[in-house]
Amino acid sequence: MTGQSTPLLRVENLSIPLPAGLDRAFAVEKISFDLQAGEILCIVGESGSGKSLTANAIMGLLPRYLQPSGGRILFRGQNLLAMSEAELETERGRAMAMVFQEPLSALNPLMKVGDQVAEVLEVHGEKNATIRERRVLELFEFVGLPDPASLRNAYPFRLSGGQRQRVMIAMALALEPALLIADEPTTALDVTTQAQILDLIRKIQQAKGMGVMFVTHDFGVVADIADRVAVMERGVIVEQGPAEEILNRPQHPYTRRLIAAVPHREDRDAAPSATGADGARLLEVKGLRKVYRSGGGFFSKPRVVNAVNDISFSLRRGETLGVVGESGSGKSTLGRCLLKLTEIDAGEILFHGKDIVPLSASAFRPLRRHIQMIFQDPFASLNPRQTVGRILTDGPMANGVSQAEAERKARELLELVGLEASAFDRYPQEFSGGQRQRVGIARALALEPELLVADESVSALDVSVQAQILTLLQELQAKLNIAIIFITHDLRIAAQICDRIAVMHRGEMVEYGPPEQIFDAPQHAYTQRLIAAIPGSHWNPRLAVLEGEAR
Amino acid sequence: MKFFQRYAKNYGALIGLGILIVVAIVALAAPLLFPVSPWQSVGDPLLAPSEDPAFPLGTDMLGRDIAAGLAYGARVSLLIGLISTAVAVVIGVSIGALAGYYGGRIDDVLMRFTEFFQTIPAFAMAIVLVAIFNPSITSITLAIAIVSWPPVARLVRGEFLSLRSREFVQAAVVIGQSGPRIMFTQILPNVISPIIVTASLMVATAILTESSLSFLGLGDRNMMSWGFMIGAARTMLREAWWMSVFPGVAILLTVLAINLIGEGLNDAMNPHLRGRKD
Amino acid sequence: MKSLDFVFQRLLKAAFVVLGVVILNFLLVHMAPGDPASVLAGEAGAGDAKYIAQLRAQFGLDQPLYQQLWTYLRGALTGDLGFSYRNQLPVMTLILDRLPATLLLTGCAFVFSLVLGILLGVVAAYRRGSVTDSAVMTGALIFYATPLFWVALMAVLVFSLHLDWLPPFDMETIGGGYTGWARALDIGHHLILPTVTLGLFFTAIYTRLTRASMLEVMSLDFVKTARAKGVPQARIIRRHVLRNAILPVFTFASMQAGQLVGGAVLTETVFAWPGIGRLMFDALLQRDYPVLLGVFLVTAAVVVIVNLISDLLYRFVDPRIEAAS
Repeated sequence: MTGQSTPLLRVENLSIPLPAGLDRAFAVEKISFDLQAGEILCIVGESGSGKSLTANAIMGLLPRYLQPSGGRILFRGQNLLAMSEAELETERGRAMAMVFQEPLSALNPLMKVGDQVAEVLEVHGEKNATIRERRVLELFEFVGLPDPASLRNAYPFRLSGGQRQRVMIAMALALEPALLIADEPTTALDVTTQAQILDLIRKIQQAKGMGVMFVTHDFGVVADIADRVAVMERGVIVEQGPAEEILNRPQHPYTRRLIAAVPHREDRDAAPSATGADGARLLEVKGLRKVYRSGGGFFSKPRVVNAVNDISFSLRRGETLGVVGESGSGKSTLGRCLLKLTEIDAGEILFHGKDIVPLSASAFRPLRRHIQMIFQDPFASLNPRQTVGRILTDGPMANGVSQAEAERKARELLELVGLEASAFDRYPQEFSGGQRQRVGIARALALEPELLVADESVSALDVSVQAQILTLLQELQAKLNIAIIFITHDLRIAAQICDRIAVMHRGEMVEYGPPEQIFDAPQHAYTQRLIAAIPGSHWNPRLAVLEGEAR
Repeated sequence: MKFFQRYAKNYGALIGLGILIVVAIVALAAPLLFPVSPWQSVGDPLLAPSEDPAFPLGTDMLGRDIAAGLAYGARVSLLIGLISTAVAVVIGVSIGALAGYYGGRIDDVLMRFTEFFQTIPAFAMAIVLVAIFNPSITSITLAIAIVSWPPVARLVRGEFLSLRSREFVQAAVVIGQSGPRIMFTQILPNVISPIIVTASLMVATAILTESSLSFLGLGDRNMMSWGFMIGAARTMLREAWWMSVFPGVAILLTVLAINLIGEGLNDAMNPHLRGRKD
Repeated sequence: MKSLDFVFQRLLKAAFVVLGVVILNFLLVHMAPGDPASVLAGEAGAGDAKYIAQLRAQFGLDQPLYQQLWTYLRGALTGDLGFSYRNQLPVMTLILDRLPATLLLTGCAFVFSLVLGILLGVVAAYRRGSVTDSAVMTGALIFYATPLFWVALMAVLVFSLHLDWLPPFDMETIGGGYTGWARALDIGHHLILPTVTLGLFFTAIYTRLTRASMLEVMSLDFVKTARAKGVPQARIIRRHVLRNAILPVFTFASMQAGQLVGGAVLTETVFAWPGIGRLMFDALLQRDYPVLLGVFLVTAAVVVIVNLISDLLYRFVDPRIEAAS
């Protein structure tokens, strides 16, 4: 560590106790780190590691029931924890600023975005409205917002996610603070927008010489922007050092485990691809179309969105098709169409050669068991009022299996997806996200489907759990010879597990082919943008771990 | 028993429960405590409280026992409060569930219907209904039910609408469960607690409405009620304050108790919300 | 164009509600036990055979039901709400005569309860957990559970009969002969008790609602953003929390317009306030059904208009509405 000169920010033995009755005593326990002016320090960790809490503690934004019990936070040599609220107020927004994860909820919905930025200037002493206005325009220009003059009069709901985050950054930059804290600032954004925002943060950091503390869960992002890295696990910093060291030669077993779990394309060769891909076509989709209409009345036209526009593809047993796209690309709507969870406007879905589109709800119900789905949110996808056993037996019983048989099967499935037999009588709330997702997979498998549609099924999970679930899916596919349609926003995951990838953009399938083709020779301009935006593309986590293990 | 522990943490809710139990016991035991009909003149008229130890709360201008009136009035209040709420909940849950689950046209029609009933002034409508169909315990109960179901329908519809798009309900569709089965076994159990909380508060409102109706002279002529007692006391305000004060306090305590219970239930059933509030 | 659509839709909805109440009235007349003609005549008029015969002809009571509905609708929509035999006046005249007094009372009670309720709610939320907070919330809890008419009676008992501060009955001093400002002052004096007793129940509702809404908004992310900007607490409440928290209270309050009118029936009855609530009570006593149904229709129409106005106003206040609709 640099040592001699006073660092911009020094956190010393910071501890934050948790309220009694939770799984551990401290949210953050005796952590120490330094941040120099002009560097970007990434704090990496999974959910519950205490990384966001640390960021909020520095800003003095912790809720009343979570207050530091020990340690110091020295900002330019002054202990922030010893300051009064009034003193902190003069520092916040002026000398240190923060950007949050959810730009929509972080902005006041009833206040124009320009006024929200101008408020920073106003509360820190800029009394002249004309000067404030001019400064807001400058800032909007600087963070790359289009047409600042009219945009500053817009309300937050009018802006796109990326624009909102740019407003937040403009707000943070307004008084050119020495310290910028960014708490997962790109997690809620699409990958191409994420790349732009990361670029912007790096650009400002260099232009203004700020110290940036960047909190993230994504090692790809770390590889893109970090100068130094601190890895947190359950409230403790297990390892810290220069980015190059941590990424390529991680010492701590936890860091190694995390890096090994980062999805990456190289893994694909090991995947049991195309096992039964020689069989007959299981699914054939032709010219599928879904249109959303909204609003409209006597005096205005309805808004029409082609959510899924003329999509065609086919799939055999044992194959995995990845459907990749950003939010609003229509990828989830496509999945819902395949399960007939939504009305379809045109096209055919041939399952074993039979078109299921014209079937009525009751005519299709007996066929449902062949096409199953794994959902995104492990907390919303299980009924909180039902035991796991009930959740797993409901499906077979709805399809005419006896209760005894369904229960026997359910217990088998629990073992198959790696859960204890005792899970049968417990409620979903008693399980972790990863365990719940295993229950969701078991529920789908209980009906012995031939096709599984997995809609963002690992996106809500921590990276290490994500890797386990992906492995489980691959094993099950090999064992049961199921076809999988894997819908995801994360190209890295698609590359890791799919035989073929379809790239979707605004309802259209813009590119379709094996991962090699998509990654190495993308044809469509959008695919090229998407590939270029993958965070950490210059870094190969597989090499890093090998080196680490070799020592 | 975690539920009761959470409930018992709220002192107000415990007090409410205590008061309500006392009121319920008095209501049930009224014929034992006061074997003579509350309409019967039993003593001198206009006895002030404790003027005659036989009538601790005094008598009215016809010599009827105020205490007996209160005990019998509790029967009417609780009976009408509970039954009208039960009817309103059944109507509201049916309409709300159908609208929320099926959406589209059905939702449009049912919600227009609900909005209509929600817009028109509830109390004025209750007055008209009871007046036109002649005041009786049935017409009063039904009139209160008819003006109080819309909030339940909207609540249930909102819950069904949001739960319907939740992934676990989608999962139930995907595994091949039928619509009615999904409504009853997947969604409804998740809506029960807000329904119970709303219903408990509705009982309180129904008791207030019933007392207002009988205050205006729209009570059942065969049953003594608190609102009627206050209505009768109106002209004797100067001479006999006790005639109006005691029934009013009875209404206040009963309604307060039920509201406290409702809040207690709400806190106990939504522990997360409570955590956020504190 | 979207705004035009919105106004158009809301007008249509309002018209349908009024139409619906007219039809409902018609159905009630026919569902009521006994002869529709005697219901239309009211109890007093039912004894007058000639009048009944005249009503039969006027409403075509021997014709098919849909034709009767049409006759009834046409009458109602042209302002003919029937005739009060007891008062020997058209119902519409009676109502229009009494309406201003009710609007004055409910309007004052509305403003009183909204202003006081929001004020108390904001203070309680700002001082959450303090003695002030507990006192305000306990008061709100009690008034939320108290029957309106009883509060009114108790107020008369204490402030008029015992303390003799305020007049217990009527809208003006009988035979006072005041004019101009003196008359306004006299009416104001008479207005205090009815306004406060009608308003207290609603004050309790708005206090609870405002406090809950404030606490909810205070926990939202953008409040944290404001703190991160270095905005002082008092300014956060003023500039960020207040507006977001009060909007839902306003929406709810406008939906309560109907309740307020219902409460006016009770208040006016106790205070002998010469409005349509009192008219309704008198009609009840006299079984004067045409007046009863007429008051019901007019109150519904007033509520519909209030809701319409508040909906249109709301659109200006909340920029998000346009995007959502």
